[in-house]
Amino acid sequence: MKLIIAYIQPDRLNAVKQALYEKEVFKMSVTNALGCGQQKGYHETYRGADVEVNLLKKVRIEVAVNEGFVEPTVEAIIKGARTGKIGDGKIFIHSLDECVRIRTGERGSEAIG
Amino acid sequence: MHKRNKALLPMLALMLAGLAVPVWGAEGGVSNEMFTINNTWMMVATFLVFIMNLGFAMVETGLCRAKNATNILFKNTVIPAIGILGFALVGFNLMYPGKFIIPGIFGFSGFGLGTDAAGVTSTYNVGYTYWTDFLFQAMFAATAATIVSGAVAERVKLSSFLIFSAVYVSLIYPFVGSWTWGLGWLSKLNFHDFAGSTLVHSVGGWGALAGALVLGPRIGKYVNGKVKPIMGHNLSMVTIGVFMLWLGWFGFNGGSVLSADPGKVSFVLLTTTLAAAAGTIGAMLTSWTIQKKPDFTMVLNGCLAGLVGITAGADCVSVSASVIIGLVAGMLAVLGVMFFDKLQIDDPVGALSVHLVGGVFGTLAVGIFSTNPDYTFMTQLIGVASYGVFCFPAALLIFWILKKTIGIRVSEEEELKGLDIGEHGMEAYSGFQFFTNS
Repeated sequence: MKLIIAYIQPDRLNAVKQALYEKEVFKMSVTNALGCGQQKGYHETYRGADVEVNLLKKVRIEVAVNEGFVEPTVEAIIKGARTGKIGDGKIFIHSLDECVRIRTGERGSEAIG
Repeated sequence: MHKRNKALLPMLALMLAGLAVPVWGAEGGVSNEMFTINNTWMMVATFLVFIMNLGFAMVETGLCRAKNATNILFKNTVIPAIGILGFALVGFNLMYPGKFIIPGIFGFSGFGLGTDAAGVTSTYNVGYTYWTDFLFQAMFAATAATIVSGAVAERVKLSSFLIFSAVYVSLIYPFVGSWTWGLGWLSKLNFHDFAGSTLVHSVGGWGALAGALVLGPRIGKYVNGKVKPIMGHNLSMVTIGVFMLWLGWFGFNGGSVLSADPGKVSFVLLTTTLAAAAGTIGAMLTSWTIQKKPDFTMVLNGCLAGLVGITAGADCVSVSASVIIGLVAGMLAVLGVMFFDKLQIDDPVGALSVHLVGGVFGTLAVGIFSTNPDYTFMTQLIGVASYGVFCFPAALLIFWILKKTIGIRVSEEEELKGLDIGEHGMEAYSGFQFFTNS
């Protein structure tokens, strides 16, 4: 079992969701996040003064999957999120020790699917 | 009744027989006191119409997404400013030319404002001074311009939209307005539009329809033929806006009596507010019947539709007719939103259902419910059609020219990130977290 965490551009979320659905990955958690990587930041102006915004808005997607789904999930996220520009984001993959479905008490692979 | 024709006043008095005793003599003069009272009421009405711009700003901003809030507030601030200046420069003299150059169709009495000493006395008009006259009419022009803004929200390029508004409100709106309120050819036919269901709201509505068509829908609104709702971000704001507009309408319609005549003004305020209430209920019942639960945004649209609907006939329909007009307009608002979605015409705030459908219906309703037999259904239909036939193609043409030259739509990337950052480089809710991905 793996936990896949991806940070993507907020405006790519819909495309990523659609790509995941196509690969039959339907379960995910999405949260707003602030962060910066190579993209560094951008300038806003406010009342005539320059504002350097260096923590950018990102969306964090978490998907827990069984081994067979790792590659399709990663491919789907890349397909949806890649624009080729700096700031497209990153994907992190953890191994996942255990998973429990609260309603039934199922554990492991059963609980993920 | 924005016509400056004093001969019409006795006719109005007949219509509301028993309600009012005219305070002026047969030759049209009034006492200084009465003139002051009339003019004061007209200025109060002006204030009320003025604050409708804030109402529109709140309704539109609340019904759109947080990432576009600055952009919408910006437009709703700048457009009234453009409208007022444009109306001062050319609009007023185009709408009320006095003498027509092409009889009944086109007249222009010169650039800018100005009057002689008589302009500030009751010789100019028993109800108001020249300056009050301009201010009141300029506020109307400003509201007509803001109507378009809602239908094109969340995707229109700021610069192009400002150019469109300037042209539409300074030239198109007053030009067609002169046909009726400037005593042009439609007023000769006895076409009746008391405070502007057609002249203000449907003129704005035709512009909105043209804009929405040329622009196309927002990304993600219609996917594979299905309607995907794009939710507004602040219904409290929309509610503030709707009540602000309802309040403002007391001036919009009440001021359109063009004097402080107690009987007429109070009657107009009554029909106006009954129609607003009925529109609210009509939309609620319709929404509750068709959808599973009553949609609050539809109810808010319904209230406004009721107000738009009664605007054409507020002075000449019976009390019960005003309730019927409100109810039907409220129902049409809900059906209209669904209808335009079926056609995949994306209108984020329901401007088409409220202003175009409501305005057309309200004007035709005068032909059905008017207590004055001079206003027939046929002339009302001719009036409605003439405004549509001119304004819609004119708006299409302006949008099309802008599209071919400077472009009218923001880039896909900007639309997804939000127009606040794209057009203005600033956010409306700095420090708050929103999902800006939809």
